[in-house]
Amino acid sequence: MTQSITIGKAPEVQYVLRLADSCLILGQRLGEWCGHAPILEEDIALANMALDLIGQARALLTHAARLDGQGHDEDQLAFLRDERDFVNMTLVELPRGDFAFTVLRNLAVATWLKLVWHRLAASSDAELAAIAGKAVKEARYHQQHAADWVVRLGDGTEESTTRMKAALETLWPYTAELFDSDAVDQAAAKAGLGPASSEIRDQWQAEMGEVLSEAGLAIPEATPFVSDGKRGRHSEHMGPMLAEMQYLQRAYPGGVW
Amino acid sequence: MSNTTAPKNEWPLWEVFVRNKAGLDHKHCGSLHAADPQMAIQLARDVYTRRQEGTSVWVVRSDQIVASDPGDKDMYFDPMEDKVYRHPTFYALPQEVDHM
Repeated sequence: MTQSITIGKAPEVQYVLRLADSCLILGQRLGEWCGHAPILEEDIALANMALDLIGQARALLTHAARLDGQGHDEDQLAFLRDERDFVNMTLVELPRGDFAFTVLRNLAVATWLKLVWHRLAASSDAELAAIAGKAVKEARYHQQHAADWVVRLGDGTEESTTRMKAALETLWPYTAELFDSDAVDQAAAKAGLGPASSEIRDQWQAEMGEVLSEAGLAIPEATPFVSDGKRGRHSEHMGPMLAEMQYLQRAYPGGVW
Repeated sequence: MSNTTAPKNEWPLWEVFVRNKAGLDHKHCGSLHAADPQMAIQLARDVYTRRQEGTSVWVVRSDQIVASDPGDKDMYFDPMEDKVYRHPTFYALPQEVDHM
């Protein structure tokens, strides 16, 4: 087994890492659909989106490593950190669920990422701005693709509506974390690095509300629950997922094919 | 081409045409199943333009394409075999006409 690595707690590093890990972990979850999607064409579409997210994660991890200055690379950050050192939003690590849950989560995350990328395109950090400029186009498509499915299924058959409603109930409480500001993102906002989480909430609510209402779905009531993945406290689903994701590099350090 | 006996639960088939550069023709590149035009365009993008093949995509319901009958191939196309005079190269041009 290869020794685990840790990364610095400086706010700018953590800020970039939260975004990087959220992209990486959702990419990994979407990748689980490969060979299992309901139709071949959608199988390819989900794999494309997974690869877009992993591409975004690679750029961000490389950048976080540079800001951290310990000489790590993207692969080490992805494969050699322990669960508590991952700072993704809990929402993205939840099991892939059924297709309704997957497209609804994709909608929630793509809408969030699109708004974040849009703001980051004006970041004081030129590298981050460049990554965002490229990623925003990908997120826009992911949002449109997911919105299309949410409307189809929400406003579809009895079965599809039931599943969308169940997905919405499961997923909604985890969206609070996306907008839960803390010292890390307040420091980022102050430095002009990027928006504080809470600044994105209204626009996100508006865009989600539009799609959900077209789908005939009601936004669930807010609950006091706020998940805490971005501070390293994860759900029970994170460990098994990381075990699978990291197995190869842990067992065969530096292995390539 | 059109399959009128398709199972009821199957989405219709669409033919996909991709243009890879402005100014070029849209070229037929394959087909896919989709429930409606919007889904067909999105899936065409995902399935057929993953490697930067496209700048524009068309989709057409396969059952909307009218095709010649393969059984008519001899009658339709073979008679052209000996009509070389239909090619401009058949005609000798006077010397004075350059670069035609």
